[in-house]
Amino acid sequence: MNKKDIFITSAFKENSVWKQILGICSSLAVTNLMLNSLIMGLGVIFTLIFSNLTISAIRSYTPRSVRMMAQVLIIASYVIIVDIFLRANLPDISKQLGPYVGLIITNCIIMGRAEAFAAKNNPMDSVIDGLGTGIGYTLVLLCISAVRELFGFGSLFGWQVLGSWWLKWSVMVMAPSAFFLLAIMIWLINDHYYKVKKG
Amino acid sequence: MDISPIVLFWAAIFTSNVLLTNFLGMCSYLSVSREMESAFGLGVAVIFVLTITCALNWLVYYYLLVPLNIIYLQYIIFIIVIAATVQLLELIIERFVPALYYTLGIFLPLITVNCAIFGVALFMIIRNYSFIQTIAYAAGSGIGWLLAILMLAGIRLKIKDKMIPAGLQGAGISLIVTGIMALAFIGFSGIVNVQ
Repeated sequence: MNKKDIFITSAFKENSVWKQILGICSSLAVTNLMLNSLIMGLGVIFTLIFSNLTISAIRSYTPRSVRMMAQVLIIASYVIIVDIFLRANLPDISKQLGPYVGLIITNCIIMGRAEAFAAKNNPMDSVIDGLGTGIGYTLVLLCISAVRELFGFGSLFGWQVLGSWWLKWSVMVMAPSAFFLLAIMIWLINDHYYKVKKG
Repeated sequence: MDISPIVLFWAAIFTSNVLLTNFLGMCSYLSVSREMESAFGLGVAVIFVLTITCALNWLVYYYLLVPLNIIYLQYIIFIIVIAATVQLLELIIERFVPALYYTLGIFLPLITVNCAIFGVALFMIIRNYSFIQTIAYAAGSGIGWLLAILMLAGIRLKIKDKMIPAGLQGAGISLIVTGIMALAFIGFSGIVNVQ
């Protein structure tokens, strides 16, 4: 596979959220505001790229028996970097994201890519796969949060788009809307992108 | 934070359900909810592991990480504590309660990567819970999670043969059902608020 195919496959064809249904926890929890989603997405992209790179680079030296534990520790180290960076530079957003930054460690997407791709492929391809997967994930987050922020607060990225006449939909700020929107997104993508038919 | 542990326990089950309001533990919730028995087995294992690991993590955090001033290592330490506890539990259950091992055993490895376990540990630190509060909150969260997965498994069983749009089958319809459940649980939110 060439580099472009790897990217397209991991970002769209085999998108971890809508196709493999992984990493749902964080994609629902942080999507009430677009800015939070973007920061979370960037954190996941960073972690994915570097954890894939590291795991791929040491793949021939890691014994099978301790493979999982080694992967978790590598991922945790990068997440700590992300967490410390956010606390130092964006303390407000770090507080709003709360435990969900730390939860990147148990985000199944990252373990999934480490196991399914980085442990079998060379470092260069693994970096591209990490980038693709991360961008696919960020895309889903931004789509859901755009709808939730627009209807819930009347704004996009904190900019007031709809005027003061807009009646805010409080359900969009609460948990249920995240479930519904993700379900609708998966439905639309299944129908129009994968063209799933009855059968 | 001086909420009574009993209030916290009920709040963790109903008003701030770990799955329906905090979205923790979604992966295994969606994938293991096809049958009632396996949903129940996983739910019981989650209650068990959640309570034990949260108590351990609380002790480790306040008696090891804080005095040594290495709080920034909390993620790594928590993960190691959880993984080690799950391994140990697996060995103990296999050795002493083989009957339980056959129903619970296969779910234990799955739990290491269940974000509910890790998420509740992080919440208890962020919200400054005391030891007793932590145990009440962790047990309540586990029971709340069991409640949610049992309800989803029951509903999925009922709608298995119904007409559902092709694109919505599987994860899609489960998410819609969960959304409706979350809406229903908002009805409890007037009782007590612990956020």
